Amino acid sequence: MKLSNKITRKEKLAYGIHMLWIENELVAKNAKAGQFVIFRIYENGERIPITIAGTKNNEFRVIVKAVGKSTYELCRLREGDYIQDVVGPLGQPSEIRKYGNVLVVGGGVGIATIIPIVNELKKHNNKVDVILAARNKNYFILEEEFHEVDNLYFVTDDGSRGFKGFAHEMMEKLLKEKNYDVAWAIGPSLMMKACSDISRKYNLKIWVSLNAIMVDGTGMCGGCRVKINDELKYTCVDGPEFDGRFVDWESFNTRLTQYKEEEKLALKKYLEKVGDPIWL
Amino acid sequence: MAIKERTKPIERNPKERAKDFDEVSLGFDEKRAVAEAKRCLQCKIPTCIKGCPVGIDIPGFIKQIAEKNFEKAYKILKKYNSLPAICGRVCPQEVQCESACVLNKVNQPISIGNLERFAADWAFKENINDEIKIEKKKKQKIAVIGSGPAGLTNSAELAKRGYSVDLYEVFHTAGGVLVYGIPEFRLPKEIVKKEVKFLEMLGVNILLDIPVGFAIHPRELLENYDAIFIGVGAGTPKFMGIEGTELNGVYSANEFLTRINLMKAYKFPNTDTPVKFAKKVVVIGGGNTAMDAARSALRLGADVTIVYRRSEKEMPARKAEIHHAKEEGIKFLTLTQPIRYIGEKGKLVGIECVKMKLGEPDESGRRRPIPIENSNFIIETELAIEAIGTQSNKFLLSQFKGLNLNKWGYIVTDENGQTSLPKVFAGGDIVTGSATVILAMGAGKKAAYSIDKFLNS
Ligand SMILES: Cc1cc2nc3c(=O)[nH]c(=O)nc-3n(C[C@H](O)[C@H](O)[C@H](O)COP(=O)(O)OP(=O)(O)OC[C@H]3O[C@@H](n4cnc5c(N)ncnc54)[C@H](O)[C@@H]3O)c2cc1C
Ligand SMILES: Cc1cc2nc3c(=O)[nH]c(=O)nc-3n(C[C@H](O)[C@H](O)[C@H](O)COP(=O)(O)OP(=O)(O)OC[C@H]3O[C@@H](n4cnc5c(N)ncnc54)[C@H](O)[C@@H]3O)c2cc1C
Ligand code: SF4
Ligand code: SF4
Ligand code: FES
Ligand SMILES: [Mg+2]
Repeated sequence: MKLSNKITRKEKLAYGIHMLWIENELVAKNAKAGQFVIFRIYENGERIPITIAGTKNNEFRVIVKAVGKSTYELCRLREGDYIQDVVGPLGQPSEIRKYGNVLVVGGGVGIATIIPIVNELKKHNNKVDVILAARNKNYFILEEEFHEVDNLYFVTDDGSRGFKGFAHEMMEKLLKEKNYDVAWAIGPSLMMKACSDISRKYNLKIWVSLNAIMVDGTGMCGGCRVKINDELKYTCVDGPEFDGRFVDWESFNTRLTQYKEEEKLALKKYLEKVGDPIWL
Repeated sequence: MAIKERTKPIERNPKERAKDFDEVSLGFDEKRAVAEAKRCLQCKIPTCIKGCPVGIDIPGFIKQIAEKNFEKAYKILKKYNSLPAICGRVCPQEVQCESACVLNKVNQPISIGNLERFAADWAFKENINDEIKIEKKKKQKIAVIGSGPAGLTNSAELAKRGYSVDLYEVFHTAGGVLVYGIPEFRLPKEIVKKEVKFLEMLGVNILLDIPVGFAIHPRELLENYDAIFIGVGAGTPKFMGIEGTELNGVYSANEFLTRINLMKAYKFPNTDTPVKFAKKVVVIGGGNTAMDAARSALRLGADVTIVYRRSEKEMPARKAEIHHAKEEGIKFLTLTQPIRYIGEKGKLVGIECVKMKLGEPDESGRRRPIPIENSNFIIETELAIEAIGTQSNKFLLSQFKGLNLNKWGYIVTDENGQTSLPKVFAGGDIVTGSATVILAMGAGKKAAYSIDKFLNS
């Protein structure tokens, strides 16, 4: 079995957004759309979840956005380096089947995350419309991988490309004109919440992928718990995808801030050690 | 004849040890061990053996210690129990072997656990290598899922019988609860590491970081292996489910302990995994897990209170740990039940509790706690750690269909550890619900016998 966890290819897609291909046959062969891996980069590292954004032969790919110590470190690794621990695939796969008309929204690194989902939906003969949202025109990553979708829309905060505004506004515009059978929205949690609010208004089921803080990823710690319809669910084993209309977004977002001070300290210490993060 | 008092183990000063994660009890030195061993009456009908789930020849190994034949004592222990250094430390002796010792009648049972630990530590220190007798290589292959005490024991036994064993573990370290749950100050990880090394010497192929069921489909396991042993533990934490469980500052003991033990969060920021430190911490529960969480929080500098809904007498934790916790300055608030978490801006600031009284015994034989009306009060705290038990871990079972489960979701096996699928055996917490290290080991060993028999018939 090829489980070397070697970084075989690496590419910078935008500032602070890097694509890594990693050799791990078990993940590559078994991953389904919507699943994730957990990395531990080195012996004293923390366990961080990252979505599997494609597979090829014995390798799988992830797209990492640098937001703190561990993701900065991940982006700093080079081709030929190894990741100490790679655990996966984890989580429930996306519920893919023939729905009819599907609307998929990807924001930020979420653009990469939706690629396997969009591809599977197409394989199941769905009509798939996709909204890609980014801060400005320089942050549209991997857009060439969306050429088979039925309609592709671009949204930027500053209007530098496509619709000026937010993803959920574009979504509402489309929902007014057209009927969809189901939707997906993956990206920053503010975007997912806003899209879920629109979905509720139009009575449309919407899958979101929750990026809860995790440790084990096996249902053993309960740290990734979220409130769905007033019931506690574990994101790592019951999710990560849930119907966004029923997520308690307020507590979800607050739980994401649990270690704010510690994270700041960790990044500061790291930057003191390595200097300016010119590699980002 | 006056019966001599039980010999006390050497323990570090509570004030000093409460500041670090080093081992609390240092056990017996040679002098104490021999003195304690000499107290054993060498009963013709040794009742103690019946109290040990694996039936160790207790008077036998104790006699060797009394005669200073420590190596012989160790070898006797090893015949019955592959992990004596661990069991001597963590078995609930007061309800097992020691409760069955005749001297318990006068409240001075032989300190069997400490003697067992002494012999094992002595062998470790003296570099006494276990004789590795491996039977002729057999062609059959066995997959063991989970590297807790059940899986470790099962793989060792099967490897000794000449089978090829692949031991799968989803974590980056082998040992199960022994590495992520039980803290360093109670069970040094060096000891677990040594046992894992021993498995490697036996030729067990240890495969870490593999979520069986997800990375390997159960169908593939059934095709590629001649037998399978499932020892995935109980694992999933229960929450009381009271209002505010989602607040920042509410932990399960499993999460708190995993961050600290497995991820070494107490060394943050020199390690990357954070854990919340707080001046005041409340731990809810009365078992070993509660004591471990409380004593860990104390070592991070907190003022810690344990809240338990029955009285101290009903606490299921090892008596020694309750004693240690008290010595270290942990407060006990018994007959108290939390009913609501109070938050401010998403953060825990307090717990509303109600006082309880004990009523009639329930199914478990323990007196049922009943809330006292209008006795509500609030404890201010920034951190609450729930240690109220675990339930069946569905991580593997959600993928491994076709196994009979009981109404609580645990795997049903026959007395040989065989499940409803003939090739598949199971043992440990995933069969019994959360129990003990020695029971999980016993189950792993028994299943190894059964697998051997199954493959040879
Ligand atoms: C199922 C899932 C899939 C994900 N997929 C991707 C992906 O494809 N690409 C990507 O760039 N990021 C992804 N993330 C988010 C990624 O895990 C976090 O950005 C990363 O853990 C941050 O670590 P850090 O040390 O760099 O930053 P920190 O400064 O430590 O944290 C920044 C923020 O990330 C979150 N975070 C911190 N630690 C964890 C943790 N252990 N688990 C989860 N979130 C944490 C917190 O909200 C925190 O405020 C995913 C998260 C989940 C749960
Ligand atoms: C904090 C704490 C303190 C305790 N203290 C004591 C004590 O003092 N004395 C005592 O006797 N008992 C104690 N116990 C109980 C004892 O630890 C357990 O009964 C025992 O560990 C059960 O062993 P096991 O082998 O069944 O499972 P576990 O030890 O739970 O091990 C199961 C292993 O399987 C792995 N796994 C799960 N699913 C998969 C999968 N799909 N693929 C691969 N691997 C998988 C898990 O990661 C884990 O490593 C304590 C428990 C806890 C939590
Ligand atoms: S294994 Fe446990 S129960 Fe058995 S003798 Fe040793 S300490 Fe006692
Ligand atoms: S019952 Fe007690 S005194 Fe008798 S043999 Fe066993 S340990 Fe010794
Ligand atoms: S990450 Fe621990 S239960 Fe989900
Ligand atoms: Mg981090």
